[in-house]
Amino acid sequence: MSDPARRQTSGGALPGLLKGLATTARTLGRPTHTAEYPDAPPHLPPRSRGVIALLEENCTSCMLCARECPDWCIYIDSHKETIPASTPGGRERQRNVLDRFAIDFSLCMYCGICIEVCPFDALHWSPEFEYSELDIRDLLHEKDRLGEWMPTVPPPPALDPGSAEPAEIAAINKPARAPRAAGAPTTARPARKVSPQPEAET
Amino acid sequence: MSEALEVTLRSVGVLAAFLVLPLLVGQAEHKVMAHMQGRLGPMYAGGFHGWAQLVADGVKFVQKEDITPTAADRGVFRFAPAVALVPYLVAMAVIPLSPDVVAADVPASAVFVLAVTAVGILGTLMAGWASANKYSLLGAMRAAAQLLSYELPLVLAVASVCLAAGSLSLSGIAAAWSPWWLLWQAPGALVFLVAGVAELQRPPFDMPVADAEIVFGAYTEYTGLRFAFFLLAEYAGIVVMSLLFAVLYLGGWQGPFADQVGWLWTLLKGLVVAVLIIWLRVAWPRLREDQLQHLAWIVLVPLALAQLAITGVWVVATA
Repeated sequence: MSDPARRQTSGGALPGLLKGLATTARTLGRPTHTAEYPDAPPHLPPRSRGVIALLEENCTSCMLCARECPDWCIYIDSHKETIPASTPGGRERQRNVLDRFAIDFSLCMYCGICIEVCPFDALHWSPEFEYSELDIRDLLHEKDRLGEWMPTVPPPPALDPGSAEPAEIAAINKPARAPRAAGAPTTARPARKVSPQPEAET
Repeated sequence: MSEALEVTLRSVGVLAAFLVLPLLVGQAEHKVMAHMQGRLGPMYAGGFHGWAQLVADGVKFVQKEDITPTAADRGVFRFAPAVALVPYLVAMAVIPLSPDVVAADVPASAVFVLAVTAVGILGTLMAGWASANKYSLLGAMRAAAQLLSYELPLVLAVASVCLAAGSLSLSGIAAAWSPWWLLWQAPGALVFLVAGVAELQRPPFDMPVADAEIVFGAYTEYTGLRFAFFLLAEYAGIVVMSLLFAVLYLGGWQGPFADQVGWLWTLLKGLVVAVLIIWLRVAWPRLREDQLQHLAWIVLVPLALAQLAITGVWVVATA
């Protein structure tokens, strides 16, 4: 305070003291910034990362999320199921059926890699965050619980102006292919380029 | 028999004021400080804007374990909170709210209040010395140095008012008060306010409990109810200093309808001063130890002496 150089810059003690009083008095008259969280819902930013929701129908048990997860907190069990041929004499098909999908949120570090890596959009960020538990072991949530969060997932953000059409909309808008004639002879099919050798033999 | 009853009633009245007013000031501090910092402060205890927060705090303090350190001087350690607390209770008994509303109207109450409040420092000193803790000792030494420095300007400022009123009684001083004093005794009022805040060890003069430097000063080792007593002593101190300021410099009960609601005027003026003390805490940073002594001896003592001289000259000239 007695330093002359400092007095020049700060304008002495008294203006500073008065300024402190004025600032606090002004703040007293203004609305507070306190968020009364449990009583009032919090204002979360859009796309906030609260919890990971699972859209079970989209999951093919491909295991990509479980393998990419940095701390291995995703557990997937599945079995193969044979689907009978849809047409007589057709080939039977196999598909994966999801038995268990669980995320251990006591291990999850909310990196979002599983959501990024999912090729079928089965995993989504939900802004829901009130799922604390009294026991850390209760943070392992199975697929039904993960599915309950699905309705809380916000719609995807709007596309940038001038961007390309989303893939699914472009697919719908594409003119339909001309349907193949029902009783067309198999010989009429053009020769496949992939395997010309067996074709030539028959 | 009726005399005994009257004494009992007056004592109970003082005790009630002693238990209620500090809580009021404490709650005001909670809320005013919070809003000055853009917060809400307590909102839950009691339902309406957290009005019962300090009651809840008191219940919490009662539940805490009462720890006496092994190395502590047991008797002194346990007795110190009482020494810090009781002086303010005694001081509150002689402060008049109006000519009628005063528990004990003693002749030289101004001197009495100053003498009694100065005893409070002994509690801090005892606590710091008996705690067997270096931070406690440092805090106690700081408190002693601070209170010695500021006792002098405080006494000089009060002396000026007593001189102006021609009375050592608080009732007499408030009765002799006139609005003209607001200007005439302004330097003395300023000195009294600054020295009073320093006496209470409130920010910006809270070096004795500076938590960033010496944990919590003399109160470091205290827990539970004994710690709560020190806090209560601080807030009771604010009440005493505010009411004293109101009586000495703001005319106490003087105001419209003073005959009916004079005591309310004193309480209201005291409350304004208390809020000002809270405001200073929010707005200003803590002084350094050397700045504190500098302020006391270079600024306040000469100012108080000048005020005393002005008052003396005026009184002699108009006598």
